[in-house]
Amino acid sequence: MILEVVDLKIEFRTRHGTLVAVDGITFSIAPGEVLGVVGESGAGKSLTGTAIIGLLEPPGCIAAGEIRLEGERIDNLPYEAMRRIRGRRIGAIFQDPLTSLNPLYTIGAQLVETIRTHLDIGAAEARERALALLREVGIPAPEDRIDHYPHQFSGGMRQRVVIALALCAEPRLIIADEPTTALDVSIQAQIIQLLKKLARERGAAVMLITHDMGVIAETADRVAVMYAGRIAEIGPVREVIRAARHPYTAGLMGSIPKIRAATQTRRGPLVQIDGTMPRLNAIPPGCAFHPRCARCFERCLTERPEPRPVGANLTACWLYEHGAA
Amino acid sequence: MSTVQPSPLLSLSNVGRDFDVSRPWLNRIIERAPRQLLRAVDSVSFDVRKGETFALVGESGCGKSTLARLIVGLYAPSRGSIRFDGVEISNPAARVETTRMRRRMQMIFQDPFASLNPRWRVRDIVAEPIRVLGLAADEAEVVARVAELLKQVGLAPEDGEKYPHEFSGGQRQRISIARALSGRPEFLVCDEPTSALDVSVQAQILNLMSELQTRLGLTYLFISHNLAVVSHVADRVGVMYLGRLVEIADAQDLFAQPKHPYSRMLLDAVPDLEMSGRQRTPVAGEVPNPLSPPSGCAFHPRCPHANDRCKIESPKLIWHGDAASACHAVEENRI
Repeated sequence: MILEVVDLKIEFRTRHGTLVAVDGITFSIAPGEVLGVVGESGAGKSLTGTAIIGLLEPPGCIAAGEIRLEGERIDNLPYEAMRRIRGRRIGAIFQDPLTSLNPLYTIGAQLVETIRTHLDIGAAEARERALALLREVGIPAPEDRIDHYPHQFSGGMRQRVVIALALCAEPRLIIADEPTTALDVSIQAQIIQLLKKLARERGAAVMLITHDMGVIAETADRVAVMYAGRIAEIGPVREVIRAARHPYTAGLMGSIPKIRAATQTRRGPLVQIDGTMPRLNAIPPGCAFHPRCARCFERCLTERPEPRPVGANLTACWLYEHGAA
Repeated sequence: MSTVQPSPLLSLSNVGRDFDVSRPWLNRIIERAPRQLLRAVDSVSFDVRKGETFALVGESGCGKSTLARLIVGLYAPSRGSIRFDGVEISNPAARVETTRMRRRMQMIFQDPFASLNPRWRVRDIVAEPIRVLGLAADEAEVVARVAELLKQVGLAPEDGEKYPHEFSGGQRQRISIARALSGRPEFLVCDEPTSALDVSVQAQILNLMSELQTRLGLTYLFISHNLAVVSHVADRVGVMYLGRLVEIADAQDLFAQPKHPYSRMLLDAVPDLEMSGRQRTPVAGEVPNPLSPPSGCAFHPRCPHANDRCKIESPKLIWHGDAASACHAVEENRI
């Protein structure tokens, strides 16, 4: 396993009390595997990614649990040690490519700087490597483009540059937080294919954080569905998408509009999960989803379900207490 | 979804809008730079029939939001005519007529955080069109109407006392819808109404909009970049590329058998949620810079079916029955 997260708990300690944003989540990612993390805004998916790269800002802090990168604990490292891991062993790709690039430097300068920070090689060799990376992420005519500034690139091309930056030092783990959300559909498809190809070829582990189930279906091998800071369900992508066990996952899948089949003329209403995700200061006791769940019963109100095996998935729901699917 | 009548409620013919993006006057003189015009919308013609949902799709920068703003009158068109219920509304000379027609249409914006005044209580936000248009005889009637509207969109009348920041994104979009409905419009222009929302909330809003359409007999112009959402809500769809309409068809036909190569490409790029493992043609290239659009058909540099004619001659939108497409290859039966 490249990444192991065990019972991770992230808290915000404020004057008005402690808010638990991520509450005891456990997952791991193998080499060459893409783990999709989905959930609605506020589910804690980005926060989990931020905690793994060690960029959690106060008052946020890791209150319990462990994060291990290739067997080594990285959640309690001092800032300097973590800074060396970040970029070298963990690459990060964020939603907005424009804010990830410095507008005052050419992309070549930024790539060379990053490469030389992490690898002990000369400037000329670093430039060669930068060119190779740009070619790999599909930028046409990299020899000309390497001396251009970020504003001279389109959104899709910029995101490719950001991916090249994240790959500079051959990281073992890539955290991609909504990498295609700012892009148009036709460009999104190109970036998805690229991420998938890179993970396979380099044997890197990818954590793909997104709210878009379609992107997950196309890219991920396994998927974790988060709700109110907890993992509701985790399993192989086909199982989760086609045979969701957890009522939240099932509702989420039903609420996504689908392109109509040719034979289908009339559209019924979409499956609707009433209400919204609870706020952090009012997470209900028991199962956090129970106030919105149509199948909730007494036990859900008081006892919190832990993820347990149901078919090929791990599902945190009392309906499947005995593993029956 | 709704009964379609032949008479168009809204009719656009050859509508265009340019934006002047020239450098400042002094720069132009010193650098001898010419004036530069951005053709955001170019010769767009279509009809929206009473009671239907007409959707416009396209990628960012294709001019769909500009078109929405032209229709509700936030921009004036540079060319062409926009008629609402048979009356020309883009002519500044006919102000009185135009204002009367404009009352019958309202707009719902994309960002529910930016489109509500944070300093106003919800009841005042919803009541504003009622007061401005003088639709209520006295204050008691305003209060009653606001309560009714809030209930209609799934909020409680007591919510009127709160401020917008006390609501989530989905609830705010409900407030926007209540405000849009308060002037008793027949026609709603919805510019990406759900793209700022989470999927489960998006489902609630789409269901609400469809229920309101049936109940109040509304006509929607629905603008979105999300093809799945469009496929769910639309009766007819227009596909835009670089300021022009490239295809108009019944939603069912468009999603089953897109004609224009750009529509095919767009549909192919949609992530496959069914995981059928279908083969897709890789999407090539990007939308060109609208300041220097390609010659001929704007899509030709990305089109697998382009030939010499496509590079020179801009294709016109040609109607075949109820569908239209602007493509030489379709017209010549090459694809």
